[in-house]
Amino acid sequence: MSTRALPFAIGRAPKRVLPGFGLSLGVSLLFISLVLLLPMTGLFGQLAGLSLAEYWAIISDGRVVASYSVTIGAAAVAALVNGAFGLLLAWVLVRYEFPGKRLLDALMDLPFALPTAVAGITLATLYSSNGWMGRLLEPLGLQVAYTWVGIALAMAFTSIPFVVRTVQPVLEDLPVEVDEAALTLGANDGTAFRRVILPHLWPALVTGTGLAFVRSLGEFGAIIFIAGNMPYETEITALMIFVRLQEYDYAGASAIASVVLFVSLALLLAINIWQGRFIKRLHGGGG
Amino acid sequence: MSIRLHNIGKHFDAGRQRTRALEPVNLDIHDGELIGLLGPSGSGKTTLLRIIAGLECADSDSGARILFGDRDVTNLHVRDRRIGFVFQHYALFRHMTVFDNVAFGLTVMPRKHRPTTGEIRARVHRLLEMVKLEPLANRYPAQLSGGQQQRVSLARALALRPDVLLLDEPFGALDAKVRQDLRLWLRHLHDELGFTSIFVTHDQEEALELSDRVAVMSNGRIEQIDTPDAVYKAPANRFVFEFLGDVNHLEGEVRDGVLTCGEAHLSVDLPDGPEELLLRPHEVRLVETPTPEARLPMTVTAISPVGAEVRVELAADWLGEPWLATVRHADYERLDLRRGQRLFAVPRRWHRFPAGQPERTVMATADAA
Repeated sequence: MSTRALPFAIGRAPKRVLPGFGLSLGVSLLFISLVLLLPMTGLFGQLAGLSLAEYWAIISDGRVVASYSVTIGAAAVAALVNGAFGLLLAWVLVRYEFPGKRLLDALMDLPFALPTAVAGITLATLYSSNGWMGRLLEPLGLQVAYTWVGIALAMAFTSIPFVVRTVQPVLEDLPVEVDEAALTLGANDGTAFRRVILPHLWPALVTGTGLAFVRSLGEFGAIIFIAGNMPYETEITALMIFVRLQEYDYAGASAIASVVLFVSLALLLAINIWQGRFIKRLHGGGG
Repeated sequence: MSIRLHNIGKHFDAGRQRTRALEPVNLDIHDGELIGLLGPSGSGKTTLLRIIAGLECADSDSGARILFGDRDVTNLHVRDRRIGFVFQHYALFRHMTVFDNVAFGLTVMPRKHRPTTGEIRARVHRLLEMVKLEPLANRYPAQLSGGQQQRVSLARALALRPDVLLLDEPFGALDAKVRQDLRLWLRHLHDELGFTSIFVTHDQEEALELSDRVAVMSNGRIEQIDTPDAVYKAPANRFVFEFLGDVNHLEGEVRDGVLTCGEAHLSVDLPDGPEELLLRPHEVRLVETPTPEARLPMTVTAISPVGAEVRVELAADWLGEPWLATVRHADYERLDLRRGQRLFAVPRRWHRFPAGQPERTVMATADAA
């Protein structure tokens, strides 16, 4: 052992060269505990008062189950639509130069920044039978407000940035030469996109769509104004939680919330694991 | 297949400004030739290559035409031009194995022209054998070294048996040793398969070693196109001369056949007036005592005894930039060169490119060596 060791590392060599590991990790963990883990513990604390049978009775109640299918169905439609259009938007923002590109890019973040209730009210007035869009669509037999289409629309509105913002950087990283290489090898535009570009974007696209889906599962403010909230028809799970809370049934609210939480966590975890495998292959792992 | 370029020019519109990337270029390339486009960055060499490939369009107003043999490809899409293109940064498909990368061109052919799976397999394995990468067929690009990746990209470009192979700084991203190997290997491959190829480089040595003919470009113009030997020995202008190797400058005032510059003087057979002479490092001889014709006192500032010759850096008060001289190892030992030593330089030959006159003049001084 060196006798000339520096004062802060007496008797042993410092293991890390980058400074600040202890402090930054400590602060991070504290923050996560306060903001993320503590509320979640609270949630499970509420559940402690319920027996398993009571828990099951609450989460399998007919009206609640109907809300699951409305929420999941609308979220799935919203996520798929967002997957397609988010990819398109990201593509346009990365690959082409046009006037107003910066503005469009900034607009992408609007759903993040806008209070969701504002979005909900705007959408509801726009698509109600005497709103601008509603007046045009209703004669065609398409009713948006107060149906699940409206719910999906509100979900799509609030979650589109997830797709755009996850796909965009990956697309920026994909050199144009890869595209050009496919063309010099005789591929037509469709084939080049399907065989060369899409496989690259696939992990980001799935992640973005998954995030959009999970976000839609929990969306409340933007939806309740446009959903109509008819029992068994257009009630979303978040509303069921809200209703329970209004009845001061905290345990019931927590029980339903825990279902949403578990589904979201499971989905996020699955996406992460799958994506990790894919990326390992691109970076030279075993695949 | 021969390539003929007629009036290929290119503008870029940046806002309200129009910048010329390429002056209208005419170029005839023979069947089976290996042509190097050599120039500094921004000289338009890559733009020219990409126009030939069809990845960029030439200005249409100047009557641009590109012919591959008898085939007019001017308005043909890149995918129909039957070219192979090798990119500087390989541009491999990273989610595909080496095999799938090379097979890509064959698998995207229209169904009725597409070879059977067995034929594709056989052809890809032949190509991989040729680029010596057979054992790595199932690896992903990220698992290969730069040199290996560039060989994959070459095999991929050759899979469709293109008439023309275009390479954009193919060795630019590789380290010196790999570069040297790949260079020789490409030359062999070219001679063996007989395709016509054009490659872009900013490395003079690479261009001179590899090409049948070199086109030296600057500012969107082809300054000279000739064999490496002719380009080096008879540069068309000062730019070509300076770009192809190290150059020493000697500036001074000529009076009565003697060029003077501070304490230095050199007998020259030139009219009176300011002059600038250019010398290659191997055209400088170092001696301990000045000759009657030349008295150019110098101080040795650095010595690099690596390679076939010793490179000596020389400085003097009367010189703007230091000189570089290459001397044989025997002379190096005889002169017992040390840093800080004072010597005299004697030009074996010198060159001048007077402004406004296209011809250069090369004069040999009385050379005692």
